[in-house]
Amino acid sequence: MTDNTTAYVILSAILFTIGTIGVLTRRNAIVVFMCVELMLNAANLALVAFSRMHGNLDGQVTAFFVMVVAAAEVVVGLAIIMTIFRTRNTASVDEPRMLKW
Amino acid sequence: MVNPVEASGVFSLIWLVIALPLAGAALILIGRPLAPALFDRIGHWLAVALAGAAFVVSLVLFVALLGRDEESRQVVQHLYTWFDTGDLSVGFDLLYDQLSSLFLLLITGVGTLIHIYSVGYMAHDERRTRFFGYLNLFLAAMLMLVLAENYVGLFLGWEGVGLASYLLIGFWQHKPSAAAAAKKAFVMNRVGDMGLSLAIALCFVTFGSTSFSAIDIGDTTTTTLNWLGILLLVGACGKSAQVPLQGWLLDAMEGPTPVSALIHAATMVTAGVYLIVRSSAVFDAAEAASTAVVIVALVTIIWGAAVSCVKDDIKKVLAGSTMSQIGYMMLAAGLGGPGYAFAIFHLLTHGFFKANMFLGAGSLMHGMNDDVNLKHYGALSRALPVTFLTFSMGYLAIIGFPGFSGFWSKDKILEVAFAESWLVGIIALLAAGVTAFYMTRLMMLAFFGRKRWPEGVHPHESPRIMTGPLVVLAALSVLGGVFALGGWIEHWLEPVVAIGHGGHHGPLPVWATSVLAVLVVAIGVAAAGFVFGRRPTTTDPTPYLHVPHVEDVVVPPGMAITRGALATDKYVVDGLMSGGPVALAAIAGELRKAQTGYVRSYALSVLGGTVLVALALIVVS
Repeated sequence: MTDNTTAYVILSAILFTIGTIGVLTRRNAIVVFMCVELMLNAANLALVAFSRMHGNLDGQVTAFFVMVVAAAEVVVGLAIIMTIFRTRNTASVDEPRMLKW
Repeated sequence: MVNPVEASGVFSLIWLVIALPLAGAALILIGRPLAPALFDRIGHWLAVALAGAAFVVSLVLFVALLGRDEESRQVVQHLYTWFDTGDLSVGFDLLYDQLSSLFLLLITGVGTLIHIYSVGYMAHDERRTRFFGYLNLFLAAMLMLVLAENYVGLFLGWEGVGLASYLLIGFWQHKPSAAAAAKKAFVMNRVGDMGLSLAIALCFVTFGSTSFSAIDIGDTTTTTLNWLGILLLVGACGKSAQVPLQGWLLDAMEGPTPVSALIHAATMVTAGVYLIVRSSAVFDAAEAASTAVVIVALVTIIWGAAVSCVKDDIKKVLAGSTMSQIGYMMLAAGLGGPGYAFAIFHLLTHGFFKANMFLGAGSLMHGMNDDVNLKHYGALSRALPVTFLTFSMGYLAIIGFPGFSGFWSKDKILEVAFAESWLVGIIALLAAGVTAFYMTRLMMLAFFGRKRWPEGVHPHESPRIMTGPLVVLAALSVLGGVFALGGWIEHWLEPVVAIGHGGHHGPLPVWATSVLAVLVVAIGVAAAGFVFGRRPTTTDPTPYLHVPHVEDVVVPPGMAITRGALATDKYVVDGLMSGGPVALAAIAGELRKAQTGYVRSYALSVLGGTVLVALALIVVS
């Protein structure tokens, strides 16, 4: 049982790290977005694993909340990316940097 | 000392003496801006008329007072309760007694003459109406000073004359020297006024009232009385230009000459003497304070005489002489006993002859295009005969020529001084010789010798309106001695001040003092005649030893402190206050460059922050 949870948590950490590296290194907004989703799902995986370890549903409930937030975020985020692509003809996150000092 | 009776009959008009000139001042100073044309035509005559009316009322009151019994000659008029708080109740009360009656006559009489003179003297000044408003204001304040029945009322008048003096010294405010002189007079008087206000406070604490009649030395300690006396002396020093607060009087000569005659010779500067005589009950019991008065007086007598010997400015010679003569009055007042009466006697005669000479000096200046330098005068006796004659009367009076008013009054003071001690008597006697010396010098330089007139100056006699008052004052200078006939003034003032009988006979018989005085005066006159009569004094400057005045010693360090405080405020305090925000803004300007606009670097900093928080949590737990 305990070993099992460790494996899940390790997997979750690996996924989270991959997502983090993706967010920091990739320029394409869509890919960055997918990496963010990856990080969220890594967190979900950890939550569910711990939930199972403790034998209650608290973690799974929280995972649902995360999914809901992620879905809402996708709606807004994709809309923004679409709009930026239409107006500035690019999907790079480095190009639109008008909001600086 | 004061056992007053309520005012009744003609004495219920006492308030009118103050109200008349006060109304004049209010009318002129408020009315002039409203109706300039009207007031420029009649304003000065209105002021003269009201001053004259005050004189008439004073005269009527004086005659009425003469007709009363000696017991009921101290009349109090209660106008209203001025303020009443806690234990302190101050009434707006007027006291008309033997002492104030003489002052009233002097102030309104000489005041009226000087008003008339000013009509001529200020004829070409476009602000003449305002000048007369100020003069009336001064009269009202001075009358308030001598009529008040308590120290608070006296203080009101005291400050009022200070204000009027300030306004009139600085009347020609376009001259920076006049503006500075006015400020100097005001500030130095503040020092004295502080002494007086402390004295009033101490008086209230000690006697529970500020009324003159409340002064009851019964069970008061000598220390308290000495302090009270010293504080009163500080007040008197400021107003009467006594050492060490004497410096303002010479500068005050920047004012128009009638002002010098009225305020800085005849009336205001003698207020200090009035204060001491009025507080005679205190000084009689406070030996140390009386001694302080005598010392201050002796120093001032010598100082003033010395200043007069070296000044070339005719008005400053007279101003130094005023200081010295007031020193004589203070000396007599400090010696106490019959000295109080003689102080007032000399005050009256000095008021006559010094006003006469100041107005004479004004007449000379009028003829010399406002030149005050004696070195530019000479041989004016023929050009201004009336001025010369009247001035000579004043001259003979001040040096104490036998028979003239100054002879009688100064003689009495010398008597009292010799009765006190040889030292005091001899200093006073020698100063009388110096007085003769500097006054003869003035006469020689102004009226005799060669003409030293500058180009284009044509001396001429002044108009009648100016010579008229001169003639009246000259007559008073000659005849002022009548007050002392048969010891009248001693007898008259007896109920007000503790004169005491006998015991004031010194080592010298009375006639010997007079003979000595005349002898010393003759030597002084002869010396001055010898030095200045023959030598053509056109170019060589009189040797002048500069002795620093009190203000020369006090003011520079004060200025340095002020400048230092200003610099500290400007650079240190303001630097901290405005420097902090400026530095913060500069730092913020640099820091905001971290906002690069690259989303990924924001993400990196978020990650860094998260890692830091996580590490912190691990370390803590």
